[in-house]
Amino acid sequence: MAYALNVNGIRHTVDVDGDTPLLWVLRDVLGMTGTKFGCGMALCGACTVHLNGAPIRSCVTTVESVGSGAITTIEAIGNTAAGRKIQRAWLDLEVVQCGYCQSGQIMSASALLASNAHPDDSAIDDAMSGNICRCGTYLRIREAIKHAAKLPAASGKEG
Amino acid sequence: MTLDKLGPVAQGPDHEPATGVSRRAFLKAGVASGGFVLGFGLPAFLNGGTRAAPARFEPNAFIRIGSDGSVTLTMPQVEMGQGTYTSMPMLIAEELEIPLSQVRLEHAPPDTKRYGNPLIAGDQITGGSTSIRAFWEPMRRAGATARVMLIGAAAKRWKVDPSACHAERGEVIHKGSGRRIKYGALAGDAAQMPVPEKVELKRLDEFKLIGTPAKRLDTPAKVNGKVVYGIDARPAGLKIATLAQSPVFGGRLKSVDDSAARAVKGVRQIVRLDDAVAVVADHMGAAKKGLATLVLEWDNGPNAALTTGDIARELENGTLGGGAVAQDVGDVGKAIAGAATKVDAIYHVPFLAHATMEPMNCTVHVRKDGCEIWVGTQVIARAQATAAKTTGLPLDKVVAHNHLLGGGFGRRLEIDGVTRAVQIAMQVDGPVKVIWSREEDIQHDMYRPYFVDRMSAGLDEAGMPVAWSHRFAGSSIIARFLPPGFNNGLDPDTTDGAINLPYALPNVRVEYLRIEPPGIPTAFWRSVGPSHNVFVVETFMDELAAAAKKDPVDYRLALLDKSPRAKSVLQLAAQKAGWGQPLPSRSGRGVSMQFVFGTYMAQVAQVEVSKDGEVRVQRVVCAVDCGTVVNPDTVRAQVQSAVIFGISAALFGEITLKGGRVEQTNFDTYRVLRMSEVPAIEVHIIQSREAPGGMGEPGTSAVVPAVMNAIFAATGKRLRKSAGVDPAELKVA
Repeated sequence: MAYALNVNGIRHTVDVDGDTPLLWVLRDVLGMTGTKFGCGMALCGACTVHLNGAPIRSCVTTVESVGSGAITTIEAIGNTAAGRKIQRAWLDLEVVQCGYCQSGQIMSASALLASNAHPDDSAIDDAMSGNICRCGTYLRIREAIKHAAKLPAASGKEG
Repeated sequence: MTLDKLGPVAQGPDHEPATGVSRRAFLKAGVASGGFVLGFGLPAFLNGGTRAAPARFEPNAFIRIGSDGSVTLTMPQVEMGQGTYTSMPMLIAEELEIPLSQVRLEHAPPDTKRYGNPLIAGDQITGGSTSIRAFWEPMRRAGATARVMLIGAAAKRWKVDPSACHAERGEVIHKGSGRRIKYGALAGDAAQMPVPEKVELKRLDEFKLIGTPAKRLDTPAKVNGKVVYGIDARPAGLKIATLAQSPVFGGRLKSVDDSAARAVKGVRQIVRLDDAVAVVADHMGAAKKGLATLVLEWDNGPNAALTTGDIARELENGTLGGGAVAQDVGDVGKAIAGAATKVDAIYHVPFLAHATMEPMNCTVHVRKDGCEIWVGTQVIARAQATAAKTTGLPLDKVVAHNHLLGGGFGRRLEIDGVTRAVQIAMQVDGPVKVIWSREEDIQHDMYRPYFVDRMSAGLDEAGMPVAWSHRFAGSSIIARFLPPGFNNGLDPDTTDGAINLPYALPNVRVEYLRIEPPGIPTAFWRSVGPSHNVFVVETFMDELAAAAKKDPVDYRLALLDKSPRAKSVLQLAAQKAGWGQPLPSRSGRGVSMQFVFGTYMAQVAQVEVSKDGEVRVQRVVCAVDCGTVVNPDTVRAQVQSAVIFGISAALFGEITLKGGRVEQTNFDTYRVLRMSEVPAIEVHIIQSREAPGGMGEPGTSAVVPAVMNAIFAATGKRLRKSAGVDPAELKVA
C-alpha cells in the first residue's frame, strides 16, 4: 500500500509493503543513497537517520511505523545547527577514512550534540558505541564531537 | 564500446539525467577554496562533458591539463580509506607545482599497461601497503615531466631560455621580465613539446608539500552523503537482488520452493545457479523478504562435516614433517643440540573475516553485445576480466566503473563477488545490483588463512638465542592469486615477517609447508603475511625473554645492534610508553617490533584483565620509522586504524567452521571494537630521509603480539592463538 513519508521536509509517497525497512525505501525507492546498509540488524549504526530528531536505525524501522514523523537523513543534516557543526568538525579533524560508516556516525553525533551541548567521554561512548567503524576512526570521532561543541553556531555554512 | 553508445550512466528518481556532466558524473566535493571535483566515471565520459574538444595536455597516464586550466589526475591506486587519493596527488603536485585544491581526481579505468602496480607484477592492484612505495618515483616523475614541458612551451612562446623560467602554483613565470602564464593557456603548446627522456626530481629539502599534513581530498563528499560507493550505483532501470549461497563451501543447490517469494510485493524474479539462489526485486527490502521465504534444499557435498578443529589438526600434523626451506643460516640442528636451554611452542593463527563496512556488492548490466559493471574494487582490471570470461564477451565489450571503496582490507582484491553478480545478471533483463546481506558477507568471505607454527629455539647460558627454528603450515594465497610468484614451494608473502628478521640470530631455519585446507577459501587480509608471522615471531621472542628471565625490551635490544632503525623505534616506543614503570595487578605492558612493508615499527600495548578474564586494551604506543613521510597525518591515521583493526581480531576475531558452515554471521557473533572499547593510541614518527615504507598495514601486524604479550605480563598466561581471546582462560580461579 502507499505510505506518505516526510523526508528532509519533502513529502514522498511510496508504494511498498508496510514492513519494508525505511532504509530500503530511502536508498532504493527514493534514490537517497547517503544512508548506508551495514548489518540489517541494528548492530552497526551505518543506517542511522533521525525520526523527529532522535537517532533511529532505519534498517529495522518499518515504513509503516514511521507515520508522518519528520525523517532527517545525512543529505539534509547540514541544515541543522548541530549537524553543520559536526560536519565541519569531521573535516577539521580529518576524521574520515573509507567513509562508509560516517553518514551513520554523523547522524548519531548530531543527535547527541543537539541534545547535549557539551558531551563528556561517557556521554559520547553511550551515544556512539552503536556505530561501528572498521577503519577505526573512533578516537578522532570523539575529539571531533568535542571540537564541534566548541564551534560557534554560524560556523560551517558550506558544510 | 564507448559509454556514449550505452546512453546515460545513471538516472534515478532524484537525479537529473546524465546528459552533459551530471551530478552522477561529478561529485562536487565542496572544498571552499578550489572546486576540487571527484570524477566518477570513465575519462571518455568526462571528456564528453567538455564538448568543444579544447586543446589538452596529456603527457602521461596520470595527468591531463585542459585549456580551461583544469588539472585532472587519474588515480592508479584505489581509495579505501588509506589516504591514497591525497598522497598520490601530493606526489604529482609537488613536482607539477600546482595547489592540491585545484586538482580533479578520476578513478583509473581497467588498463594494466597504464595503471599497473610495478611492485605487484605490473597487475592493477591496490594492496600490500605498496602504493607509496610503488608510485613514489613514477608519480613525481610524471609531475616533473609535465612541468618541464609546460616550462618549455612557455619559454618557446616567449623566446627565452627555459632555464630562466620556473613553475609556481599552476603558472610558468619568467623571472627576468616578470611575465607569467597559466598552465591552461599552455596546454595546446605543451602537448606539442617533446617528452623529455630525463627529468630532475626535487631534492628532499626542496619539498613544499611532501611531508606536510595535507587535508584529504576525498572527505568533503563523505560527510554530506554525496559520495558514491559501488553499492550506491543506480543505473536506469535498476533492480536489486540479494542471494543465498551454499552454506557449506562446495555444496550445490538441490531444490527451491519459491511460491511464497513470488507472492512478495516487489519481487520480480528468482535466479537459480548451481550453488546459489538470488531474489531480484524492486528494492532490497522486497529482495530480502523474498529470500527469507524461500524453502531451500542443499546438497552439502564433501565438506558437510568439516570443522575448524579438523583443519587445525591437519596443519599441526603437517608441521611435524619438513617444508620448503625459506631461510637457512648456520646449522640450527647442531646449535639446538648444544644449547643450554631449549624452548618450544606451537602457535595457531585462526581464520579471520574482513567485515568491510560496505558489504560485498556489484551492479551488472549484461546485454547481448556488451556488459557494464559498477563496483568498488582493489583490482578493476581483474573485475573486468572476470566479467568478460563469465559472459563470454571480448574484454573490450566490458565497461567497468570503479568507485570509492567502503573498506577493502584485502576483501576487494578478490573478484568472486563480481563473478557471482555477473552470473546472476546474465539471467536478468536490465541492470541488477547484487547486495550480500551481512550474514552472506561474513559466511562467504574469503578468509585470512589458518596457520599452525612450530617454533624451537636454543638459548646459550646467558639466555640469548643461538638457534631459531620456525616451521609452519597453511594456505599460500599467492599460489592462487599470482601463481608465478609461487616457486619451489615458497612465495614472498607467506614468509614475509618470518625470514630475514632484524634480530641477530646466528642459526636460523624457516620452513613452510603449503597445505590448502578443503572447504574454505582463503585470501589476503590487512597486513597479509606479516599478520601471521609477526604474531608468531614476536610472541615467541617474548617467550625466549621470559625463559631467560630477562626484560622483553632489553632482550630484543641486545639482538638489534646491527639494525639501528629497528633499535630506535623499539627504544622510542618503550620510553614513550613508560616501560618498566609499575602498574596495578592484572595490568601489563607488552611489546612488539617488526620490519615489514619497508617500515620499522615498535608498539607497546597496555592491557587490563578483569577477574572474569575480560581483556581491555587501555593504551597503545607506537613508534614508527617509515622513511620519508608523504602525509604525516595519514601516517597517524593509519596507525590508529590498523591498531584498532588488529585489536578487534586479537580479542574477538576468530572465524570457526562447524558442519562445514561458518558459525559467525553478523556483528553480534563476529565482534569488532566499538567506541567504548578503544584504547588511547599514541603515534611517534621518527624523522627519516630513507625511502618511504608502507603504512596501511604494519600497525595491524604489530599490535596483535603486543596485546598478547601484555596479557602475559598481566596474568602470566601465555596465549598462543592470535585471534579470539577466551576469557575463561584468563579468569581468576
